[in-house]
Amino acid sequence: MKIPLSWLRDFIEITETPEQLREVFDDLGLVVEGVEFTGQDIGAVVVAKVLEIHPIDGADRIRRVLIDAGEGPVEIVCGAMNFEVGHHVPFAPVGAVLPGDFAIAKRVMKGITSNGMLCSARELRISDDHGGLYILDELISPVIGERLVEALGITPDVIFDISVEGNRPDAWSIEGVARDLGARLGRPLTAPTLATPSGPATAEVAAASITATTECGRLSVSVIENITVLPSPTWIQQRLIGAGMRPISNVVDASNYVMLELGQPNHPYDGEKVAGRTLGVRHAVAGESIKTLDGVVRELAKPGRGLGDSGVDVVIVDGDDVILGLAGVMGGDDSGVSSSTTEVLFEAAFFDPMTIARSSKRHGVRSEASARFERGVDPELTLRATARFVQILKESCPDIVWRSSPLDLRAKLPEVPVIALSEADIERTLGIRIPLEDAAELLKAINFSVVSTDTGVDVSPSSARLDVRSGDAGRADVIEEIARLYSYLRLPRRVPTWEEPGGLSRQQQLRRHLRDVVVDFGASEAWTPTLGSDSDFELLDSGERVRITNPLASEESVLRNTLITGLVRAWARNVERGNGDLVLSELGNVFIHPSVSSQARQTKGGVSGSVTLHLPEEKEHMTILLGRVEDDARTAVAYAMGVFARLGLSDVVLRTPPQVPMGFHPTRVAEAIQRSTGAKLGVIGEVAPHLLGALDVPAGRRVGLVDLDFAALSHEELTRRESSEARIPSRFPSALIDLAFVVPDAVHADDLRAALQISTAQVESVHLFDVYRGTGQGEGRRSLAYAFRLNSEEGTLSDSDIATLRESLIAVARGLGAELRAQ
Amino acid sequence: MSDSSPLANLDAQRDELIRQINEVADFATLRQLEALLVGKRSVLTNLQRTLGQIPETERKDAGALLQGARRHVEERFAARYSELEAIERSAKLESDRLDLGDVVAGAVRVPITVGHPNLVATTQRELEDVFVGMGFSVADGPEVESDWYNFEALNIPPAHPSRGMWDTFYVDLGEPETVVLRTHTSPTQIHLMEAAVRAGDPRVHAVMPGRCFRRDTPDARHLAAFHQIEGLVVDRGITFADLAGVIETFTRAYFGPSISSRLRPAFFPFTEPSAEFEITCTICQGSGCRTCSQTGWIELGGCGMLDPAVLEAVGIDGSEWSGFAFGFGIDRCAQMRHQIADMRALIENDARFLRQFS
Repeated sequence: MKIPLSWLRDFIEITETPEQLREVFDDLGLVVEGVEFTGQDIGAVVVAKVLEIHPIDGADRIRRVLIDAGEGPVEIVCGAMNFEVGHHVPFAPVGAVLPGDFAIAKRVMKGITSNGMLCSARELRISDDHGGLYILDELISPVIGERLVEALGITPDVIFDISVEGNRPDAWSIEGVARDLGARLGRPLTAPTLATPSGPATAEVAAASITATTECGRLSVSVIENITVLPSPTWIQQRLIGAGMRPISNVVDASNYVMLELGQPNHPYDGEKVAGRTLGVRHAVAGESIKTLDGVVRELAKPGRGLGDSGVDVVIVDGDDVILGLAGVMGGDDSGVSSSTTEVLFEAAFFDPMTIARSSKRHGVRSEASARFERGVDPELTLRATARFVQILKESCPDIVWRSSPLDLRAKLPEVPVIALSEADIERTLGIRIPLEDAAELLKAINFSVVSTDTGVDVSPSSARLDVRSGDAGRADVIEEIARLYSYLRLPRRVPTWEEPGGLSRQQQLRRHLRDVVVDFGASEAWTPTLGSDSDFELLDSGERVRITNPLASEESVLRNTLITGLVRAWARNVERGNGDLVLSELGNVFIHPSVSSQARQTKGGVSGSVTLHLPEEKEHMTILLGRVEDDARTAVAYAMGVFARLGLSDVVLRTPPQVPMGFHPTRVAEAIQRSTGAKLGVIGEVAPHLLGALDVPAGRRVGLVDLDFAALSHEELTRRESSEARIPSRFPSALIDLAFVVPDAVHADDLRAALQISTAQVESVHLFDVYRGTGQGEGRRSLAYAFRLNSEEGTLSDSDIATLRESLIAVARGLGAELRAQ
Repeated sequence: MSDSSPLANLDAQRDELIRQINEVADFATLRQLEALLVGKRSVLTNLQRTLGQIPETERKDAGALLQGARRHVEERFAARYSELEAIERSAKLESDRLDLGDVVAGAVRVPITVGHPNLVATTQRELEDVFVGMGFSVADGPEVESDWYNFEALNIPPAHPSRGMWDTFYVDLGEPETVVLRTHTSPTQIHLMEAAVRAGDPRVHAVMPGRCFRRDTPDARHLAAFHQIEGLVVDRGITFADLAGVIETFTRAYFGPSISSRLRPAFFPFTEPSAEFEITCTICQGSGCRTCSQTGWIELGGCGMLDPAVLEAVGIDGSEWSGFAFGFGIDRCAQMRHQIADMRALIENDARFLRQFS
């Protein structure tokens, strides 16, 4: 909301500088998003008339213009296109300095000298309009050579752009902002001048009715006669421009003026166009429609897609039950005020905030009116706003008649809560004892009623503060008001303590550890998109996917079910830039559709949490892409085994997966299994060639890939099993022996190693050191050679001990189908 | 059709062609065969030419039969082609086969590369550590939430205008608008309080970092996915002063002793009283610059006392317990500390960007 300082001064005396005022506003929660100084540095600008316009050879974006600013024709080169001969426009002569230290000098363009500049409204900081020159004929009866500030009645002003919070409908008006300032600065408010009705009774010519009594709490209808539609006085125009609205005509301007000043949206109808001068408020019924002011035909009373939206629309109808407008949102395009209007039927009403919010959302219309109504407009404001409207209109039409006894219907209005409050309540929330009398003073300054009781006070909010609730919640609302007006900056600070120590869970510590290890082993951590496209999803999976209903773009419409695609993409971009010699990792969630997940989450949702919802399974993966020139499935194995070792997992074996895991090369892949529990920790291998091809990776690159399941890695049972007491190595020398076995392909080298390792306590270590596939082993078999270190804690192993051990190791291997290889 | 018709043994001829196709085991032979099968001199084309000899009354049917046979052969041909392709592909994969169990790990030479932690993850960890030092635990929560957790339990009822404060991505599950990508980490508060109530002790002292989503076109200052850290304290006798104290302690611990905090009134549906918290501008140290619009302060996040409606939604007795919550952007902290002009650099994963952080 734009608040011109000059307008604010109608309500309250202000002695502060704009900088001081800004701080006060901020501290009141009326956050100043910008401060604009208008009407300054334009003293040299004068009104000029356009005499001639000529094209310039070889230039289609500028034209040669002759103007008269009171001293004969002046030649200008101008880039604007929105004006014609005869128009009056602002002219900044050579030597003028416009806002922003913009000095006007003689310039030569395409051989033509420009002796000054014709200006847009934005260049003069009069408004944001930069659509072309500021055409003055629509606003005033211009006089050539007159200084613009005098022609428009511009006085230097300061405009505060204030962001009004959702719970402060009252602050969406000049008066509301002034009220807050008054409460903080301890200054009285000056009430605006209000007209009083006179003349014959309204009911003689007009009628009103409310049938939608739940949605429309109040309807005030007035008849104002003897109107002449003409432009508003400049000061009114100036204020509207300052507040960001465009002046249109005295009637429309007065309507907007009142909305901006007091916060009451309203509608002036042309009295003669409204059948029976009758306004009714009723529900729209299915099948009805309205063409709103913006030219869009809207079907009414159609339930929307939005949660809890039953499709209630409220409409304003005339005496023939013809729909004039969508109540509280936008008028129709037939019954508005035109240049021939002489009589206004003026509507000011209160509508239920939620009804307007739903209507506005459903129809996709947000207007100044709906934005205010959906937050809650003061229901006691309608007649006061009407009186102010008439008063403002009298500035241009002093002889108008406002018929006496305006129609004023009341239906269901929000109940005004009564909230019991004690000094202890305030202290309990704010941590400071504020005397109740002081708190009461602050509340009274914003029109809250405060009545003393035995235990404290009963507080009722002003009718402008529909955001204040009842009960405990209302008490919190009132305490916030006290704190706000008292100033948050004056509230104390204290650092709370509690017994429980802070810390990370075991799983969180492990997550950090995993990240560190992966980075230590050379990975740079990436952050790839959670949302991808259907086609990316289909590169690896054709099944059910979790979709976004309202994506920003189709490339971001599906929740990822793997990190692999994103990492390959990220890597491929680095390859393109010549930086592909890189290991990338990411720890992040992937999402599995509840219909294909065994771990779908069940939770409550819908209105009041009354529905059971099935949410996607979220699996946390640590995926590592090895993209260096040397990388392939082998380095992926070495990398992964290193990671496992650093996580304290030594009993991990690699096995061929029963199905090819998503994203992996089908014949260069293995699952990492924790042997004793059988838990699958992840998959190791290379990126599937077809994925590399689809993502434009140069052919022939092998890319190593490790995809770890964090839930499995951090499973409690796993870490418990593997954490064990420390062993002190035997002091006696170890014996080294090698054994080579011919092993069926079905038996994994790791499984055989593990079996040999645990077969007896005397086996210190076993390492695979050679794999040989040759004719000697027969089909489906290969030779695996292991190096053993044997020792004992009791003494040096004798030759016969070693021979015995050797036999037992051979027996263990035989148990798995492995035969000692013939020498 | 009479036996003398040239098409009399069409079926047999067709089957013979298909047999030949099925026998082919390589592309070159298949392409040769193609000419013989369906080319200008092929059996089928020859038969086509004989149609003229057939009485006109039967010609149409005969033509249809011939077309059917031709289609059959062509389909089989195409199918065989893909079969051979698949065979070739799998032969290639087969020749590529590597039994990873047989990799002799000790023989693999792994190059040494220097890795770099992600800036966002590092920032998150630093923030967590500050709060852990102040006695907070850390909690995680899911990224897909129901509307109840993301909104209604936080005092943002369906269709309430304040839902418009969050540009929400809705997930296509359940009734419309019931499943969302969480727009803030606040739903994790609700999970924590529910769990605490279930455990019979409503006290919570936790921070909740995590990824959130808003339907907002990315620009230099915003990303559609971003990271937040949320704090929640529920205990006896907790006041706004405790909130202000925690914010101030955190600010000094994380940003340094020359940076302080201040609160100013704001609106959030789930807290009352609510506040925005601002910190001394880290660029100009409070003297006023472009970044802080000459005010010396920059907005960091939101906070406030838990709204009674939220306590009620999770079943905590507001007469005995009170609490506060706060939240702010992790990415934004990173951006401030490293003066990152364009947030989109965070998701580009350019090695040259990633390398800068350690």
